[in-house]
Amino acid sequence: MTELLGLSILELCYIVASITFILGLKMLSSPDKARKGNLIAGYGMGLAIFATIFFKEELTPDKWLNYSLILGGLIVGTVIGTRMALKVKMTAMPQMVSFFNGMGGACAAVISLVEFDHLRHNSNPETGMLTVILLGLIIGSVSFSGSMIAYGKLEGKINDKALPGGQIINILLLLALFGLAIWMSFTGNLSPTLLYILLGISLLYGVLFVMPIGGADMPVVISLLNSFTGMAAAFGGFLYGNQAMLTGGILVGSAGTILTVLMCTAMNRSLTNVIIGSFGGGSSSSEKSGEQGTAKEISVTDAAILLAYANKVSVVPGYGLAVAQAQHTIHNLEKILEEKGVVMNYAIHPVAGRMPGHMNVLLAEADVPYPKLLEMEDANEDMSSTDVVLVIGANDVVNPAAETDAGSPIYGMPVIKVWNAKNIIVLKRSMGKGYAGIENELFFHDKNRMLFGDAKDSLEKLIAEVKNL
Amino acid sequence: MEEILSLFYENREFIFLIIVSVFLGIEVISNVPAVLHTPLMSGANAIHGVVIIGSIIIMLQADPTNYYALILGFIAVVLGTLNVVGGFVVTNRMLEMFKKKSK
Repeated sequence: MTELLGLSILELCYIVASITFILGLKMLSSPDKARKGNLIAGYGMGLAIFATIFFKEELTPDKWLNYSLILGGLIVGTVIGTRMALKVKMTAMPQMVSFFNGMGGACAAVISLVEFDHLRHNSNPETGMLTVILLGLIIGSVSFSGSMIAYGKLEGKINDKALPGGQIINILLLLALFGLAIWMSFTGNLSPTLLYILLGISLLYGVLFVMPIGGADMPVVISLLNSFTGMAAAFGGFLYGNQAMLTGGILVGSAGTILTVLMCTAMNRSLTNVIIGSFGGGSSSSEKSGEQGTAKEISVTDAAILLAYANKVSVVPGYGLAVAQAQHTIHNLEKILEEKGVVMNYAIHPVAGRMPGHMNVLLAEADVPYPKLLEMEDANEDMSSTDVVLVIGANDVVNPAAETDAGSPIYGMPVIKVWNAKNIIVLKRSMGKGYAGIENELFFHDKNRMLFGDAKDSLEKLIAEVKNL
Repeated sequence: MEEILSLFYENREFIFLIIVSVFLGIEVISNVPAVLHTPLMSGANAIHGVVIIGSIIIMLQADPTNYYALILGFIAVVLGTLNVVGGFVVTNRMLEMFKKKSK
């Protein structure tokens, strides 16, 4: 009776937790309720964790070591996780998400390692379970190593590297992975050596899969890896017959996949293209148009005059704004220009920065009011009536080649059509290429002037000049 | 054949649950404005931390002398907790800013 009671409480808690996950995701879709949604899902998670500890098995004194390790693990993880999450700068959020995602993937992979060992010592191993364990291992480890590489790249610790023939190697690795997994499942092979080989290939695949992918595509990859970890969690749920893990994992798996697809569509890419890892290569278009002339510079004073006497100014922010930590500075410029009667708004490209919504989060941190952020479609409609466009640290999202050059790797991607405005000022550190590694003809456009330097420095100088006018 | 059929039959409820959850996941996020993409991704990231339950089950069921399972299980608990706690805290921080802005 008491055991039945405990298990019923446990299942009830899992049902409640699953509901909180669904509600949480739903509420995260609306700006007013998002925060509450996150908290609700968090409480649900806590409930599921403690219910598992207290009601899953009868607690016995001889397992004191197990219990103290669980408690210890929870404490260590909570302390480190909270500290990291509280210390990270707003600009480094994407890599933080990627890092935590990798932790989840690693957790799923480790579970598979233990369960494989468990299965090996079972007198009557179930082949069905073996398949589930192997899939959890593969997806979990790919997600782990991939997320770590994405983390390193966004931190600037790892550079883009494309191996010659990388695509073929990736496809071969993928074939080897699933071939080995299927063969092990069908023959019921429980050799630990093969398991470690599988683990090694999975980790390697994760590394090689993310390695050649450039910045503009990083959001897609993080979203994809996020849904991978969701799937790995779901396999765990299948393994333990655990509904909370299953619903949580599948929800994230499917929601993450849809988000990934939405992002791919926004950039006019196919998902297969991402998975095979052929992004940003664009070798076919390398010999296009050669020299485009020279880019014209503008002085800070001239730029300030242009801005102060404009009726309407639009800002196109990009990753450079995040790197320079210039979100507060641009907001100050906005306030000063508004005092002078200039209307200023922000044109946000859906994939500007290193994550969808990256710019929104960044500008929100600087207290830029919501209605000032225009989505790409609205911004483009507005463009012809805009006097000055200020492009800050953005490159690929304002590249006209997306419309004009069929050979360009970003051809077909919707971009912010800044060239429809009357004047363009590009704030940029140097004439370097964007993250996708392609030339930007915009810099040589008649209407365009370059203002070289660190975005924050340049903006501060602009503010000083505008004040003096 | 027999084995596959029985695997299917034994797990029919789970398969049902999976299919419903897939559609639910798609439905739930279909109307997300681009502004909330980052927090949503981060929130979803925290939710898949539910995988930690698996590591707790390992620890609960492990024999106290099976150090392989205990050590790996401990690592898994730490990793899972990092995912859950870090994920929710980061998401909360992002959303705090959205709230401040709306006022």
